[in-house]
Amino acid sequence: MTDKTSDQINRDLLNPLFETSGRYWLVLSCFVAIVIAAVFAFAWQVYNGIGVAGIRRPVFWGFYITNFVFWIGLSHAGTLISAILRLCNATWRRPVTRCAEVITVFALSIGALFPVIHLGRPWVAFWLIPYPSERFIWPNIRSPLLWDFFAINTYLIGSVTFLLLPIIPDFAVVRDRATGLRKKIYRILALGWSGTPKQWHRLETAMHIMAIAIIPVAVSVHSIVSWDFAMAPVPMWHSTIFAPYFVCGAIFSGIAALILAMAFLRKFLHLEEYLLPIHFENLGKLLLVMSLLWFYFVFSERLTTWYGNESSEMAVFWLTQTGRFSPLFWLMVFCNFILPVPILAIKKLRTIAGTAIASGAVVLGMWLERYLIIVPSLSRKYLPYAYVTNPYKPTWVEITITAGTFAGLIMLYMLFSKVVPIISMWELKAGKQHVVAGTVPLIAPAKEVEAD
Amino acid sequence: MAHQWGMVIDLDRCTGCEACVVACHAENNISTVGADQAARGRAKHWIRVERYYEGEFPDVKTKFMPVLCQQCGNAPCEPVCPTFASYHTQEGLNGQIYNRCIGTRYCANACPYNVRFFNFYNPVWDKPLNLQLNPDVSLREVGIMEKCTFCVQRIKAAEIQAQSEKRDVKDGEIQPACVQSCTTRAMVFGDLNDPESEVSRLARSHRATRLLDELGTAPKVTYLQRDSWHDGQDV
Repeated sequence: MTDKTSDQINRDLLNPLFETSGRYWLVLSCFVAIVIAAVFAFAWQVYNGIGVAGIRRPVFWGFYITNFVFWIGLSHAGTLISAILRLCNATWRRPVTRCAEVITVFALSIGALFPVIHLGRPWVAFWLIPYPSERFIWPNIRSPLLWDFFAINTYLIGSVTFLLLPIIPDFAVVRDRATGLRKKIYRILALGWSGTPKQWHRLETAMHIMAIAIIPVAVSVHSIVSWDFAMAPVPMWHSTIFAPYFVCGAIFSGIAALILAMAFLRKFLHLEEYLLPIHFENLGKLLLVMSLLWFYFVFSERLTTWYGNESSEMAVFWLTQTGRFSPLFWLMVFCNFILPVPILAIKKLRTIAGTAIASGAVVLGMWLERYLIIVPSLSRKYLPYAYVTNPYKPTWVEITITAGTFAGLIMLYMLFSKVVPIISMWELKAGKQHVVAGTVPLIAPAKEVEAD
Repeated sequence: MAHQWGMVIDLDRCTGCEACVVACHAENNISTVGADQAARGRAKHWIRVERYYEGEFPDVKTKFMPVLCQQCGNAPCEPVCPTFASYHTQEGLNGQIYNRCIGTRYCANACPYNVRFFNFYNPVWDKPLNLQLNPDVSLREVGIMEKCTFCVQRIKAAEIQAQSEKRDVKDGEIQPACVQSCTTRAMVFGDLNDPESEVSRLARSHRATRLLDELGTAPKVTYLQRDSWHDGQDV
């Protein structure tokens, strides 16, 4: 990476913006088709009623809320990780940060759709917004769902800012190379960037403030998501461990998603010389730490429940350990712990392929974790008369919408990689300069980069 | 002092005839959903009779327990609603304001008694059943949560009547549909704030228990029974 000249970096990283293969359009149209199918499924649900989903009394939450927690969790890939790496001055972060921040913005946008999708009356979802209305009523600030509303919006605004700020200099580079309409658009996007020392200084200050501010926001978001569950007196939900457990799980699945995204980008955008084995190795180590931490949380939760031996909680406990949900539970433990830990702990296996396999398993495992938090507890709520004998099963509507959001993330990512260089060019160049100079400040001073 | 409406259900009297269930459906315009949807867990019964069995065959005793919204003093369903659809009234009822409901279903998840019911589809009544709807009770559209109201329309009607006659509501004047139709008079309704009312007197009985009282929900429905038969069961 460091032996590349500025011109080479520009050529390699701007290539996807200016040249598009037929294969790209073919793949993109497949994902667009899945997204359209999901939009149709949602329209079907609005037209016919939420009954077309598989939810039933008393399992009132199913796939949609699972997806909600999953996507919000995945969004911790980016901003949080990239902010921490920036603040720690981890030099290897430079090609990684933007891939991560993009995941945050898109995963968060997708996750934020689900509370609306799952509503019985999505057409009045705007009642969550506090505005002086003819109804003379504010939203209920005691409800964790309202905390969600504010937390997610704050995080979304913050992470969009955090993503866009360091793109400005790259927009300027594209502006200088593009022609016609594209030049006009990028001129607007670049916000008049000319690379003066004053501009660099302001960008540096803004990035520093955002990197510090976004960390508590990210932690609060997933804590609040966990409180959607922990605030209700439902067996195995009403737990003090949930907030840190969820934050840990969120970062865990976030890193996994980041590694997967990087592995695909490396292959399809031919970034072999930018996303190096060292990046996968370092992120793999982080993933290992989070896997161990995740297991520690699950173990603590299960052990204290078992020893507590509270009858309503034990009904849920055994349902997941040995009952109907046990195959999913043990698959989750396999995906989140048994499979990734050896791969990530043994240096020989911690390759690009190895970390990608471990990450794929973790993404699946963390989806299952959210499902296993929600559905078994609701199936065994106190009165045995209400125990579910005819279990919750997702319908085609829920499955299509779920598939649509996964396709949606890939679609957005593919489109984004055609609009913005997926690796921050100026940060790469800045890193190069400072490795040579022997100093590694957070953001480069103006001169070296200004040359572009 | 404001009223605190409460109910006492004598389990030693309950025969499990389910007249209360039928009366409730008729009074409160509760739509039926059909066999298929009922099998998928979409049936709506604001009051249900839970059946538990004691002993081994052939020496089996059946126990019935009518379960309806317990109108908790400290209701888990209320704080979680983002739009104040689930709402505590001044008379201690857990009001459900249909127009405010956006259908998050959070209240139903939080309710430990599973007495909240969701409209998965728009309700339909086969002709001529649509002609027997109670004009005092609003219909609920798709995506809305509903539950037992202690027949709030009857409470309000009695209060307005009493007010116009410049008197207090008399004990026993208000009867929710289930209480009215109970064949064995196992159910009693009244004001818990009035120490002389029948419901207060019965609630002080040594046979009194409250369902899932240990959760701290402060339910306003009291169950009477000779011995706490559900204590021995592994629930």
